[in-house]
Amino acid sequence: MSLSAAPAHWRRMRERYRLLGSKCETCGNTFFPPTKVCPKCRRRGKITPIEFSGRGKVFSYTIIHAAPKMFEDYTPSTVAIVQLNEGPKVLSQLVDCEPDEIKIDMDVEVCFRKLFEQDRGGIISYGFKFRPLDTSWTKYYDEPRQAVDSQI
Amino acid sequence: MFKKRDVAIISASATKCGEHWDKGLKDLAWEAGVKAVEEAGISGKDIEYLVVGNMSGGMFVGQEHIGALVADFLGLNPIPSLRVEAACASGGMAFSQGYLAVASGLYDIVAVGGVEKMTDVEPEQATSVLSGAMDFEWEAYFGATFPGLYALIATRYLHEYKVKREALAEVAVKNHYHGSLNPLAHFRNKITVEDALTAPPVAEPLRKYDCSPISDGAAVAILAPLETARKYTDTPIIVRASVPASDTLSLLKRRDMCTMDATVNAANKAFSLAHIERKDVDVVEVHDCFTIAELLAIEDLGFCEKGEASKLYYEGQTYVGGTLPVNTDGGLKAAGHPVGATGVKQIVELVKQLRGEAEKGRQVSGAEIGLAHNVGGSGATAVVTILSRS
Repeated sequence: MSLSAAPAHWRRMRERYRLLGSKCETCGNTFFPPTKVCPKCRRRGKITPIEFSGRGKVFSYTIIHAAPKMFEDYTPSTVAIVQLNEGPKVLSQLVDCEPDEIKIDMDVEVCFRKLFEQDRGGIISYGFKFRPLDTSWTKYYDEPRQAVDSQI
Repeated sequence: MFKKRDVAIISASATKCGEHWDKGLKDLAWEAGVKAVEEAGISGKDIEYLVVGNMSGGMFVGQEHIGALVADFLGLNPIPSLRVEAACASGGMAFSQGYLAVASGLYDIVAVGGVEKMTDVEPEQATSVLSGAMDFEWEAYFGATFPGLYALIATRYLHEYKVKREALAEVAVKNHYHGSLNPLAHFRNKITVEDALTAPPVAEPLRKYDCSPISDGAAVAILAPLETARKYTDTPIIVRASVPASDTLSLLKRRDMCTMDATVNAANKAFSLAHIERKDVDVVEVHDCFTIAELLAIEDLGFCEKGEASKLYYEGQTYVGGTLPVNTDGGLKAAGHPVGATGVKQIVELVKQLRGEAEKGRQVSGAEIGLAHNVGGSGATAVVTILSRS
């Protein structure tokens, strides 16, 4: 796996930096990564962008001990499937916690991190990871931000 | 006009799986092809169409255009040749396409091959190539590996159905036992539950013995119309159905992460086309790329209720001699997993079982009906094939 041209990384920046997905206004289902068509409503669906809250629960997890070279700085790493509070499931590393602290259904929140460096000195890719939910300040947090400008 | 007709396998042959330092992709295809042609008592000139399953010649050996390459190397020019890619289900998909070609009435003698040469790159690079079978942008890009995806399924499965980790070990122990009796297997050593539970971790909860190996290998099956099959062999094996199905490429979008709907859909259609009941199946080859995948397969194929597969393993029912012998060649775990060849290799094993030609200790006595199940990626493709002796 090696994409040496930068556009392949830039192209998905909005989704990877801000958890930008999509929502079908007809049935209310939300999608990440964003879809162009609602699989349920098809032609009757109306797709609009949505920025997810970044909060969710651990649906499943694994501790990966054998990984491709670009992830060697992070190995062993905990990779989790997180079900976002809005519904969709996403996959990324779980950080800022020890493997034995992780449980299915634990609350997590998104954080912005470096994903990998392609070869030494190559393209550095950033995106979302997850960490245990810090509840000390969440009372100040606005509930899911809806409709954002699609031209971000 | 062409008319749909029944199809039979007139011969089937495979190389030993393993690390073949002295053989390249062409050599492996040649070895399996020549054996199959000789066994059928035909010459290369009789073959009208060639279908080859191959996942990633381009990334493993720097070679694309595998259809023409194999046709050329086997001296089959100028017949049409097709390379089929469906990740680890490339072989099964190639078989279903070869079946279609004969069933449609368009071609009589069709050779279906599968070949993969995986050890010309470092194991780490091979792992990277295999990760191309998942959703690259949203799974691999964020650090998922193939064992990682199946480990995520395993964690969830063990949690949802309250199954113990030991159940996965039982799958590996059984497959290594069957592999120990199969001269073509990659691994011929027996292991214990203790070995499986204490082996080095790959992607927890999966450890070394939960994962199929990186193997080189090839397999070939030759198909003919059933009505003329007895010209070539006394025991033609009838293809009762060969059905592929698809699901979401990404594991994240599945209806249920612990069920492979592609398997469920392919199996339901295959059983209905074949007019066969689950209880009539004597021997099963399932896609155990990881031990968890074998448990899911047995459930999704409909051999037991969801979450109940581990009981069959604790009771030893999946060994030769049990009520449902599974992976009598050692499966992908012990017999090997040359990805593009695996689906055809499963067919070769079933043909051997249904003809009563398997080695001592691993022949299912009186086997009449066999089922093969080949999966691509984390379940985005499944191919279910049902064969019978009569």
